[in-house]
Amino acid sequence: MGLSFDLTEEQDMMRRMVRQFAEKEILPVCVELDEKEEFSVHLTRRMAELGLFGSIVSEEYGGTDVGYLSYIISVEEIARVDGSQAATLAAGVSLGISPIFYYGNEEQKQEWLPKLCSGEILASFGLTEPNAGSDAGSSKTTAVLENGYWVINGSKIFITNSASEISGICVVQAVTGKRSDGKNELSCILVPNGTEGFEARPMHGKMCWRASNTGELYFTDCMVPEKNLLGRRGEGFHQMLATLDGGRLSIGAMGLGGAQGAFEAALNYSKEREQFGRPIGSFQVNAFKMADMATQIEMARLLLYKACWLRDNNREFSKEAAMAKLVCSEVFRMCANHAVQLHGGYGLMNEYRVEKFYRNQKLLEIGEGTSEVQRIVIARHIGVPGRAL
Amino acid sequence: MKIVVCIKQVPDTTEVKIDPETKTLVREGVESITNPFDEFAIEEGLLTKEKYGGEVHVITMGPPQAKEVLKNAYAVGSDYVYLISDRAFAGADTWATAYTLSAAIKKIGDFDLVICGKQAIDGDTAQVGPGIATQLNIPQLTYVDKVVEIDPDNKKIKVERLLEDGKEVVEASLPALITVVKDINEPRLPSLFGIKKAAKLDIPTWTADDLPVDKDKLGLKGSPTEVINVFSPEVRGGGEILEGEIPEVVSTLVEKLMDMKIIQ
Ligand SMILES: Cc1cc2nc3c(=O)[nH]c(=O)nc-3n(C[C@H](O)[C@H](O)[C@H](O)COP(=O)(O)OP(=O)(O)OC[C@H]3O[C@@H](n4cnc5c(N)ncnc54)[C@H](O)[C@@H]3O)c2cc1C
Ligand SMILES: Cc1cc2nc3c(=O)[nH]c(=O)nc-3n(C[C@H](O)[C@H](O)[C@H](O)COP(=O)(O)OP(=O)(O)OC[C@H]3O[C@@H](n4cnc5c(N)ncnc54)[C@H](O)[C@@H]3O)c2cc1C
Repeated sequence: MGLSFDLTEEQDMMRRMVRQFAEKEILPVCVELDEKEEFSVHLTRRMAELGLFGSIVSEEYGGTDVGYLSYIISVEEIARVDGSQAATLAAGVSLGISPIFYYGNEEQKQEWLPKLCSGEILASFGLTEPNAGSDAGSSKTTAVLENGYWVINGSKIFITNSASEISGICVVQAVTGKRSDGKNELSCILVPNGTEGFEARPMHGKMCWRASNTGELYFTDCMVPEKNLLGRRGEGFHQMLATLDGGRLSIGAMGLGGAQGAFEAALNYSKEREQFGRPIGSFQVNAFKMADMATQIEMARLLLYKACWLRDNNREFSKEAAMAKLVCSEVFRMCANHAVQLHGGYGLMNEYRVEKFYRNQKLLEIGEGTSEVQRIVIARHIGVPGRAL
Repeated sequence: MKIVVCIKQVPDTTEVKIDPETKTLVREGVESITNPFDEFAIEEGLLTKEKYGGEVHVITMGPPQAKEVLKNAYAVGSDYVYLISDRAFAGADTWATAYTLSAAIKKIGDFDLVICGKQAIDGDTAQVGPGIATQLNIPQLTYVDKVVEIDPDNKKIKVERLLEDGKEVVEASLPALITVVKDINEPRLPSLFGIKKAAKLDIPTWTADDLPVDKDKLGLKGSPTEVINVFSPEVRGGGEILEGEIPEVVSTLVEKLMDMKIIQ
C-alpha cells in the first residue's frame, strides 16, 4: 500500500476517547494539582483502566497492544490538556514498561507487566545520575554480584514515577564490571521499590510537570536476586539507547499535544478578546502568529507520526525519533510563547491555561536528551565527520 | 433482562443550521456524534444489565455512516448492535421511524425494556420513543431521571419522572419503554480493550426485507406528515408583562393591541 494519511478506525475512536477523558476528568483538576505539586493516583489509575498503560504490551500480559502510533496519540491528547499527566503516562509506558516488555524474560514479564498495565503500580527508568546526564554512559552506580545477589550502591536523580505512593519497580542502570576494551560494563537491573537499601525521595520545586512525580534515588548496599538482571549482562547501554529512542517519540507527543493545546487556547482567546474595537485575532500580526502555529504543528505531526510509522513497521527510526523530538519540542516552544503573548497580561496568570503550557514546554528541550544531544544523534546518523561532540 | 436501546446519530452541534434552498439540515463540516441523550440511554441499559443480569441490544436507523455510533455503543459494553438501513427508510417522519424501529425491536424479540433518549438534538420532536411504545403496545414512561427499581420476576418497573414542576414516581408492567433525561447517570468512556473489539466488529445491517414490516409504511411513502416548509424562526424580542389590578391591566392591553392595529 502506498502513502496514506488515514488513521485507522481504532485510532480515531481512541483519540476521541482520550480527548473526552482529558477534557472531562483532567482539565477540571489539573491547575490545582499543578499548584499543589500533587501527584494524582486517581488519574493515573483512570488512565490505566482505560487501557492506556498497556497500549504497547501484548494481551497475554494484560496489554491492549494497539501499537506505538496509537500510544503516541494517547500521549498527545493528554498533553493537549495537561503536561503532568502526559508525563506520568509517557514515562510509565515508554521508560518504565517498555524495557521490561522488550528485554524482560518470561518470568519477569509475567510478574510485572499485568500490574503495570492495570495501574496497580508504576515503573520508572533510572538512568540519569547527578554526574551523568547527557553523558549517560558515565554512570557511577555499581552493582556487584555476591552470593546470588546484586549489591547496588550509588544514586540517581530526576527519575519520573519513581517515588510516588504507587511506584513499584525501577529499571536501574548500573556498572556491573569492566569490558575487555577497558570501558565500563553497564547492565539494567530490576529493583522493586521498598527493597531494603533503596530509598526513593520525591523532588519538589519543579517549574514544569509539577503534578508528575520525580524522585531522587539512593542505593546503599541494596540487594536484589541475581535473576533481576534485565536481559543479558553488559546489554544495559544498548537497552538504554533503544529505550530512549522510544522515549523521544513520547516527548515528541508531549510537544505536539502541548503545541496543539496552546494553539487552540490562543485561537479561542483571539476571537473573544477585543481591543481597539475589534477582536485581537483580526490584527494581521496576530493572525500570522496563529497561521505559523497551525503550519508548524502540521509539520511536527507529520514528522512524529512518520517516525511512529517506521517503528510500527519495524524499520530503523532512531534518526526520525530524534528529529521528531527536536521539532515537536521547539514547535511547542514557539506556540507556548505566541499563546502567552496573545493573552497579554492574562497569559501570565495561572487561571489561563497558557501559563502552564509555557512552563511545561521547557522540560521537553531537556529531558530524554537535550536538544543539543538530539542534534548530536541526528548529525551522527547523517554521517558528519567525527562524532559531532 | 433483555434490553433494547435506540440511538440516533446527530450532528455535533446544538445550533442546527438549515439550508434555506433545500430546507434540509446542513451536515457538511459538522462531525457526527451519538445523540447526547442516547448516551444516557446506553449507560442506563448497561447499568440495568449489571444490576439485574441480561443483555443489551443497541439499534440505530440511519445511513451506513451511522455504524460509527454503534461501534461506540459496542465499545462501552453493549452485547449486540444492529444497523437498520435501507433506501426504503429514507425520508421517514417520526411515525415511520417509530414504525420501523418497533419492527426491529420485534425482530430482536422477547425484550423486557426499551430505552430511548428524551429527544434527539437535531429533530428535537421527542416523538420517537412514545411512537415506538405505541406501535409495540407497551407502557411508556417518559422523562425518566431515575429507575427506582425493577422486579424482573414479577415483571415490574418503578421510575421517577422529571416533570416541569416536580417529580413523579410511577410503576408499570414490563415490557415497557422509558425515555431518559440528562444526568440520570454518568455515561462511561470506552476503554481501549472495548475500542479494539469494536473496531474489528462487523456490524449486521437489517434492511426492509429483514424486518416484519408493511413496505407501504416505510420512509417518505409511509410518512403521514408532509413538510411544507423548514425554516429557522426569527428570534423574538422579550414580551412585556403588565401588572396591576385586572380591569386596569385589561384596558391597557386593549389600548396597546389597538395601537398595534392587532384589534380594532
Ligand atoms: C522533570 C524531569 C524528569 C526526568 N525524568 C527522567 C527519568 O525518568 N529517567 C532518567 O534517567 N532521567 C530523567 N531526567 C533526566 C534528564 O534526562 C536529564 O536532565 C537530561 O538528560 C540532561 O542531563 P543533565 O540535566 O545532567 O544536563 P547536562 O548533561 O549537564 O547538560 C547541561 C547542558 O550542557 C549541554 N551539553 C551536554 N553535553 C553536551 C555536548 N556534548 N555538546 C553540546 N552540549 C552539551 C546540554 O545540552 C545542556 O544544555 C528527567 C529530568 C527532568 C528535569
Ligand atoms: C415530516 C418529517 C419528514 C422528515 N424527513 C426526513 C428525511 O427526509 N430525511 C431524514 O434524514 N430525516 C427526516 N426527518 C427526520 C426524522 O424523521 C427524524 O429525525 C426521526 O424521526 C427522529 O425524530 P427526532 O429527531 O425528533 O427524534 P426524537 O423523537 O426527538 O428522538 C427521541 C429518541 O428516539 C430514538 N430515536 C430517534 N431516531 C432514531 C433513529 N433513527 N434510530 C434509533 N433511535 C432513534 C432515540 O432514542 C432518541 O433519543 C423528517 C422528520 C419529519 C417530522
